[in-house]
Amino acid sequence: MATLYELAKVLRSKNSGPFEVTVDILFEHPEYYEAVKASGLLTRETVSRLYHLPLEYINEIVFFDVALGIKITYARAISSGTIFDRDVYGAQQHAPILGIEIDVPLIQS
Amino acid sequence: MSLKLLSPCGILGYGFPIESFMRGMEYKPDAIVVDAGSTDAGPHKLGSGVAIVSRDAYKKDLLPILTESAKANIPVIIGSAGGAGARVHVEWSLSVIQEIVAEHNLSHRKTAVIWADIPKNAIHNAVDANDITPLGYSVPTLTHEDVDECTGAVAQMGDEPILRAIEMGADVIVCGRAYDPAPFAAIAIHNGCDAGLAYHMGKILECAALCAEPGTTKDCMLGIIDGDHFDIVPLSAQRICTKTSVAAHTFYEKDHPYLLHGPGIMLDLSQCQFSENGDGSVRVTGSKLTRPEQYTIKLEGATKVGYRSFVIAGVRDPILISRLDEVEQAVKAQVQKYFAHLDENSYHINFMNYGQNGVMGDLEPVTELAHEVGVVFEVIAPEQKLANDILSNLRSTFLHYGYTGRKSTAGNLAFPFAPSDVPFGPVYRFSLYHLMNVPNGLDYFPIEWVGGANNGNTL
Repeated sequence: MATLYELAKVLRSKNSGPFEVTVDILFEHPEYYEAVKASGLLTRETVSRLYHLPLEYINEIVFFDVALGIKITYARAISSGTIFDRDVYGAQQHAPILGIEIDVPLIQS
Repeated sequence: MSLKLLSPCGILGYGFPIESFMRGMEYKPDAIVVDAGSTDAGPHKLGSGVAIVSRDAYKKDLLPILTESAKANIPVIIGSAGGAGARVHVEWSLSVIQEIVAEHNLSHRKTAVIWADIPKNAIHNAVDANDITPLGYSVPTLTHEDVDECTGAVAQMGDEPILRAIEMGADVIVCGRAYDPAPFAAIAIHNGCDAGLAYHMGKILECAALCAEPGTTKDCMLGIIDGDHFDIVPLSAQRICTKTSVAAHTFYEKDHPYLLHGPGIMLDLSQCQFSENGDGSVRVTGSKLTRPEQYTIKLEGATKVGYRSFVIAGVRDPILISRLDEVEQAVKAQVQKYFAHLDENSYHINFMNYGQNGVMGDLEPVTELAHEVGVVFEVIAPEQKLANDILSNLRSTFLHYGYTGRKSTAGNLAFPFAPSDVPFGPVYRFSLYHLMNVPNGLDYFPIEWVGGANNGNTL
């Protein structure tokens, strides 16, 4: 078993406009990408649970095979840079998914 | 058709190594294109009419761009001038450009400006005609009141007005708010390049070297379109592009990894192929562009919501840390009682506890307690003085609050600074973030010559 954070080459969040945050998970090894995709663990339901967000806030989760990448986009309850916002750039909102465990052997470098 | 574009940096004014820039000039680029804008820093830049970078930083970047492009006799295109791209930001940019023009004898360079301010009456009419769509699940339906209250509105221009300014013979084109890739795409389309490749290359180049490894917005990047592909070429020996780094960049800041919507365009990157050329550059093929029948522009507008005051402090006492939320709520109640003559809904008291859930608030999944917590107490009120007064009362009430079980009876907060309270100024919110149906990409983006630049040309 390995965590998503261990498997990913890039794991980041950022505003997609002031009303959405988008989380990118990008892999160097196709084995990791395929294992994460095949695990079926990255779903709107999982994201809803981990982020304490209603399901309707979360867009369809997109797997982009060519780039070995997965994209999760969700609506902000508070838009960027106004009262009660805590992350104007949305750049530190990726943590809740880091610990998702995937059944795949780590490749020795 | 082939074309070379030099992108000096990700945001004009962020700075770039002059060596990288000059290396880019050795390739004899067809144009220098630079994006100056972003909504990333929040609604304050648009609302209050200030720039993202300082005037000195803007001028420092513009100096080599304007002088070297004049020597090489190639055009310069600046997207989203001044950051938010409203009239005030564009005029600020023009004042910097005119200063450099005067200091370096560049008055022969014909400068055009493309405005991106959308008149409120046009938006009111569009609201009535049902031509407005919220852009996102949490964006409210636009009302006439929202339009009246906002400080002004801009919209992102597409390639059409920029292409027009190029055709008019402008040497320097200063765009108001623009779709980030559009200034790059316009010059490429002008040179007969494929529009899909032009927009995709623009999407990558607008962040300059962010798609390289190591990535940064503060270094230059070259893009070369040739026939059915384009190459992304780093201009610093310290960076290379890889298949992954360039493919990854297509994900950046967008809600979908391979379908990108812009003014008058939809870019489909699902069939793209990325390959490494072996010299640190990456080749891209397969970018496809369609132009939807209905042209839409994205409105951006900000509304002032109040004035902020805040204080930063630390908490190290374990008992207080274990009861921090409870103490904060009790302190808030005591402050509200002191200000009982005010409507409780007319001001806001907000606590951010760094070390607990400062970054994510209610979205934070971790519940373990830290050994120390950084706190930010924030007050938003209709006037600055009132925000200051409420914050002062909040800070002193918390400092001496006698919570149950307290052993640290001399004071509850460690202030890093004296004075502790910071009057911040106005706070805004993005109130317009909507698509508006328009007849075409030109009507709302008027082009104007700057100074005596028309040289007999007419608009």
